[in-house]
Amino acid sequence: MSNDINLTKTLRERRIIFLLLVLAVAIPIIFPLGLKTHSTPLTEKAFELIESTPAGSPVIISFDYDPSTVTELQPMAIAIIEHAWRKNHKIIAMAMWPQGSQMADMAFAEVQKKFGEEKVYGVDYVNLGYKPGGMVIIQAMGRNLKTVFPKDTAMIDYDDIPILKNIKTIKEIKYVVSLSAGDPGLRDWIMTANGKFGIPVAGGTTAVSAPGFLPYVNDQNQLSGLLGGLKAAAEYELLLGYEGTASRGMNPQSVAHIFILMLIVAGNIRVWRNRKKEKMAKEVKNG
Amino acid sequence: MKSKIPQFLAFISGVVILVAAFIPHTPFGMFEETLTNWFMIISSFAILLGQSSLIQSNLAKISQKAPDWKYHIATLVSFGAMLIFGLLWGMENTPGILGQGEKIAENLGAKPFDYLFEYAFMPLSSTMFSLLAFYIASAAYRAFIFKTFESNLLLITAVIVMLGRTSFATVLTSWIPDSLHFLRLPELTDFIMQYPNTAAQRAILISAALGVVGASLRIILGIERSYLGGDK
Repeated sequence: MSNDINLTKTLRERRIIFLLLVLAVAIPIIFPLGLKTHSTPLTEKAFELIESTPAGSPVIISFDYDPSTVTELQPMAIAIIEHAWRKNHKIIAMAMWPQGSQMADMAFAEVQKKFGEEKVYGVDYVNLGYKPGGMVIIQAMGRNLKTVFPKDTAMIDYDDIPILKNIKTIKEIKYVVSLSAGDPGLRDWIMTANGKFGIPVAGGTTAVSAPGFLPYVNDQNQLSGLLGGLKAAAEYELLLGYEGTASRGMNPQSVAHIFILMLIVAGNIRVWRNRKKEKMAKEVKNG
Repeated sequence: MKSKIPQFLAFISGVVILVAAFIPHTPFGMFEETLTNWFMIISSFAILLGQSSLIQSNLAKISQKAPDWKYHIATLVSFGAMLIFGLLWGMENTPGILGQGEKIAENLGAKPFDYLFEYAFMPLSSTMFSLLAFYIASAAYRAFIFKTFESNLLLITAVIVMLGRTSFATVLTSWIPDSLHFLRLPELTDFIMQYPNTAAQRAILISAALGVVGASLRIILGIERSYLGGDK
């Protein structure tokens, strides 16, 4: 009987928490709070890498994620493409995750709205699609890019794509940005593209995976900047001077974080009261 | 014999790749190139193997009427629909067996595969990931409790970092004077992430790397044979 009451209470509490969380996320979306974020050194470092690369440089953006992490990583992809295009970099998109290729198409389509006909497929950017194999793919790209990607996603031959005319291996790439939701992903790029071929690598990951990559941001520049989660995407938008989906998304995320902190406090008060009650009951029992 | 040949192949491949890392010249460089090309081909076939395994395991559960067998039907129907639409009309840039499917694309606003990807698969995947937030909220109320010294330390750190990662962080601690700027939440968060967290992560990375070296040597030398499917 007592167990049934506890179970019902737990279920009721859980439902209330879920409902309040929905409100904590929904209300700031409907009524934005206009909260501003500030850029941090890790984001600035990634920004600086792209900013300092000369115009016309061939670069790689690797879309190593799928729709499950689109909320955090897609705004980064959009911001990085925009930045690279502002600097007139030639973007070679590829994916080590099966759905990454579609994520790339969507990100390019989004940024294309701003640039219009200024950026041409095959000349300013290309999508080489998905290739399985992780780190081995990057090693093979160090020998010959064409053998790994003989065609792009539109089935155009490597030799017929203007942007790839003078690119034989990955060694000619000026920087790599891997937007990574797990394995294979950023770690493979750090170990191979940077470790083996000396190419600067920057990365974007979900907030939960970012701490694991911090050791690579060091004096050896194994990682030239790291964007961790939606906040970093919002910081990047701030550095580019526009308010995108990440900046808008920071409102509900911040409120949800505060709500979770309030739950931690409430949970501790609940436990403290229960402990006090138990202690008092024990004292009464012992006379 | 059945296990000796794979063990021999694993030994040769492992040793060649290992030697090629230190001597990237003929013949080792050539061997490495061939082996990595084979790896890419095998990886592609692994996708086919995964698909066949998905079909087999789901069909088995449906035929056995295993618990929640109806969900397995949904998996197979979704898999079949994406496969058929992709094969018939292709994806955004690639044509399918029946061409580009302009008429259907005109009605739907996209090719059927792309339409399902954008309006079904993407929201469903994001929803699955977002559900974590609800479990985190529930766990925060139930499990994040002051108990031992370690749990208290974790709790305090988590609160600082979580708060520091919000847009409120700057507003909440902007009143702290410049001389004590390191106590401001964003700076405190950066300190925690940059020093204690990085130190711990480095230790984990080094341990994991040593573990990988050990495990790889065991496979190359034939001590670890679980990858062959046996229990030895």
